[in-house]
Amino acid sequence: MGWLEGRFEESVITTSLEQAMNWARESSMWPMTFGLACCAIEMMAVGCSRFDIDRFGAGAFRATPRQADLMIVAGTVNFKMASRVRRLYNQMPDPKFVIAMGACTCGGGPYYKYGYNVVKGVDLVVPVDVYVPGCPPRPEALLEGLMRIQDKVRGMKDLTKEQPIDVPIPSRSGYVLLPPELSDPVKADAFAKKNKELATPAKG
Amino acid sequence: MPKLKAEEIIAAVEEKFGGRVKSKKLDAIDPFFVIEPGDLIEVCTFLRDDSRLRFEMLNSISGVDYFEPDPKKAPKAGFEPHTEVVYHLSSITHHHRAVFKLILPRWKDNKPGELPDVPSVSSLWKTANWHEREVFDLSGINFVGHPDLTRILLSDDWVGHPLRKDYEFPLEYHGIRGR
Repeated sequence: MGWLEGRFEESVITTSLEQAMNWARESSMWPMTFGLACCAIEMMAVGCSRFDIDRFGAGAFRATPRQADLMIVAGTVNFKMASRVRRLYNQMPDPKFVIAMGACTCGGGPYYKYGYNVVKGVDLVVPVDVYVPGCPPRPEALLEGLMRIQDKVRGMKDLTKEQPIDVPIPSRSGYVLLPPELSDPVKADAFAKKNKELATPAKG
Repeated sequence: MPKLKAEEIIAAVEEKFGGRVKSKKLDAIDPFFVIEPGDLIEVCTFLRDDSRLRFEMLNSISGVDYFEPDPKKAPKAGFEPHTEVVYHLSSITHHHRAVFKLILPRWKDNKPGELPDVPSVSSLWKTANWHEREVFDLSGINFVGHPDLTRILLSDDWVGHPLRKDYEFPLEYHGIRGR
């Protein structure tokens, strides 16, 4: 408590209950030990002394979802793992937060096109709060992601306003609404053909 | 004991089995010979137990799919559609290696969906058990006589064999978008 020493008379500190709760919550964001692939190595580096996620109160990696507030999905999620990821998420107590760490969890990454077994983004499985892109992201980037989660906690008003809205799982389907000219295969073919004609250089 | 060269190993197999060695290629980096699936168990037993060869170790079993899915490029591909199963063996006693292949049709009796049959060598080398499960899982080769031929990497309810060239990605897997 070095920086607080000698600043106060013997007195009472007032704050709103909500702020005090948010302050406690953001300063003890316990993540779940949850490494799926190479990003986990970088997550371990964040936990070690050089980067030290403990400075932000998030160093207590829990081995069970029931004691964790934060799920750092570090690494490629494949279809076989997806149901387990969702189950672990469901086992976490509210309020719970998810960081999608790395390119694979943000949107499939290098496996987007030819990875037959890779989920194209973990947000198809669980709702994601913060995306940390990179392959793998630098430890500083993950710390930044954690700080954004803390910002989010600081803004929570679950006593005065109503509870945060329950996000349906998954919060997005991943399907893209196509423009009308591409909506069915026949129209899409005609559209491609027309574009090709437009692209051919005029003769003469 | 002497370390044999690849030519000498193939010569020893040819001496024993004669015309049942279908073809061989000696100028490759890993010289190999080709046999029929029906002779596999006999040849493997010989390779493992012959005192000159003693291949105690099976390094790997791989499935290779020769197929060009694009009909325009198919005539120029330079091969007929077929599947190969490649076996890599090592001898710990003599420090030499051998490679041999089986050449199979892509589908049994040319009926799409019917996996081609290969006898299992898991009774000769224990390690073949998982190797064969992996080849079955990804390349779709049916190993006859395998004790437990189930998928090893993908989930049990997966459809298709992804390392086949004509494999189509699933649109959806248990409600999660696949492509």
